Amino acid sequence: MARPGTDAQPLRVTIIGSGPAAFYAAEHLLKREGLVVEIDMFDRLPTPFGLVRGGVAPDHQKIKSVAAAFDKVAAHPRFRFYGYVEFGKDVTVADLREHYHQIVYATGAQTDRRMGIPGEDLQGSHPATEFVAWYNGHPDFQDSRFDLQQERVAVVGVGNVAVDVARILCRTPEELAATDISDQALEALSRSRVKEVYMLGRRGPAQAAFTNPEIKELGELPGADIAVLPEEVELDALSREALEKSQDRATLKKVEILQEYARRQPSGKPRRLVIRFLVSPVELIGDAVGHVVAMRLVKNELRATPAGTLQPKPTDRFEELPVGLVFRSVGYRGVPLPGVPFNESWGVIPNDKGRVLDPDPQRPLVGEYCTGWIKRGPTGVIGTNKPDAGETVASMVEDLARGAVLTPSHPGAQAAEALIRQRQPNFISYADWRRLNDLEATRGRAAGRPRVKFTRVPEILAALGRA
Amino acid sequence: MNIASLLATKSRRPITIRPEQAVREAVQLLATHNIGALIVANEADAPVGIISERDIVREASRNEQVFGRPVSEIMTRDVITGVPEDDLASVANVMTEKRIRHVPVMDKGRLVGIVSIGDVVKAQRDQYRGEVETLETQILADKA
Repeated sequence: MARPGTDAQPLRVTIIGSGPAAFYAAEHLLKREGLVVEIDMFDRLPTPFGLVRGGVAPDHQKIKSVAAAFDKVAAHPRFRFYGYVEFGKDVTVADLREHYHQIVYATGAQTDRRMGIPGEDLQGSHPATEFVAWYNGHPDFQDSRFDLQQERVAVVGVGNVAVDVARILCRTPEELAATDISDQALEALSRSRVKEVYMLGRRGPAQAAFTNPEIKELGELPGADIAVLPEEVELDALSREALEKSQDRATLKKVEILQEYARRQPSGKPRRLVIRFLVSPVELIGDAVGHVVAMRLVKNELRATPAGTLQPKPTDRFEELPVGLVFRSVGYRGVPLPGVPFNESWGVIPNDKGRVLDPDPQRPLVGEYCTGWIKRGPTGVIGTNKPDAGETVASMVEDLARGAVLTPSHPGAQAAEALIRQRQPNFISYADWRRLNDLEATRGRAAGRPRVKFTRVPEILAALGRA
Repeated sequence: MNIASLLATKSRRPITIRPEQAVREAVQLLATHNIGALIVANEADAPVGIISERDIVREASRNEQVFGRPVSEIMTRDVITGVPEDDLASVANVMTEKRIRHVPVMDKGRLVGIVSIGDVVKAQRDQYRGEVETLETQILADKA
């Protein structure tokens, strides 16, 4: 049989997921010289773009502008989007093997890591990702409720999601109204009685994951004074030594910014954002009806691993922080896909440069690949997924050259569409999404906002005349 | 970025050799797998040392009989190991300072992988490329 990848027999690729990793993989494939490839991209949601739509904070519209680059990819005549089609439910890996030469999993890290402490499941304690998905209008989370009548909130973690959550909690209603935050979240946050937000880092200021632009933004909020405890941003001997050796400018600057915050006096803004370092929650304390009322923290010291990383070691000093609402943001992990190998301890698909590995005997599965967070874990910025997808696509092209691809019995675009039509007649095409996008933008213009999102699936289908 | 995310994309178990095996076998394994070092592990699969191409070349230059000798005679016993939570930057620093090119990674006492200087360079390159890509996209959006 002739090798696919020609006009007569295009290489048929399906990509599961439609976030940045998925679109970068599609872009790399479509740009390959001498390769004729057809891409069908699936998403279980009716709308594309993954965390660009559902994760990136609504007050960071500039970061969302990467979607324009994805539109260009989607405009390619050999690209198709099938939204509202769920892998494992509407289509299975067995179906895909009959319709495509190669399958790429780009499903990201859809769940949060747990803290593993008593009281974690008390009322008022939530994964930060749930709050993010809710305020971004993700259809799966529109029934979530957060008690914003509480005055004191803890956000556990100092990564970019923790920073987003803390910042959104501190935004004024006027600021939020200028974003594309969901209507429901806009209303709830406008009535918020939150006065104090605590962001908790387990390591010191020199190890904090947030970037300098992120931490600067927190110091310039119109509605909240920032506070840092001077003793917590004073570098310990190990951090000082490591920084003197590395002379890392970004870290030096970060510490400088935080030390400046420690010298600030409150200016009387309605809210206060307190960044704490070297503390870890060890227990959430509840009241008689099971609602969180406080958090027990242990103070940490830093110790170096043999490879030189400074890690927190708990001391015997504790404190209690009264809080009525807790968001945990201590890391994310992938979710296993039906019929696809999974490494439970790392929360990723086991792979070798993007080739999915059969766990035993650790040989690549023919025609199956992964890219993005489900491949390497949740690290990096949006653009990090581009070189990462490049590596996966290089593996795909190498395997194609060796003839190591699936041998589908129905390798045609029509056959695939017929299957999808049968399994999910309400699938959303890219043209449908562009119409929806225009409708959202029109609603936004009327309200002086970047867009007003449709946040529930029936609402989306109705807007497209599919009631 | 930590070492776990770097190991995730090279999920295969690291190639090991037993201390009593001959250096000749180590040479073959290095060539077959196209790698620069082997972890030397005992019967319990616990690392007891590391043997690199440089160790072998150094020894071979003064003793051509080395290929028949056991690995344990020329391996490095004092091995710096990492954990999946180690920061990429720390591992890069320790490799540069101690002039080592391979760091075995242990998770709860179990060998889970090996990080080479090539892996570190690639991870750092991709990290910078990603940041540049994101910044460029935003600058272009500003102009649009």
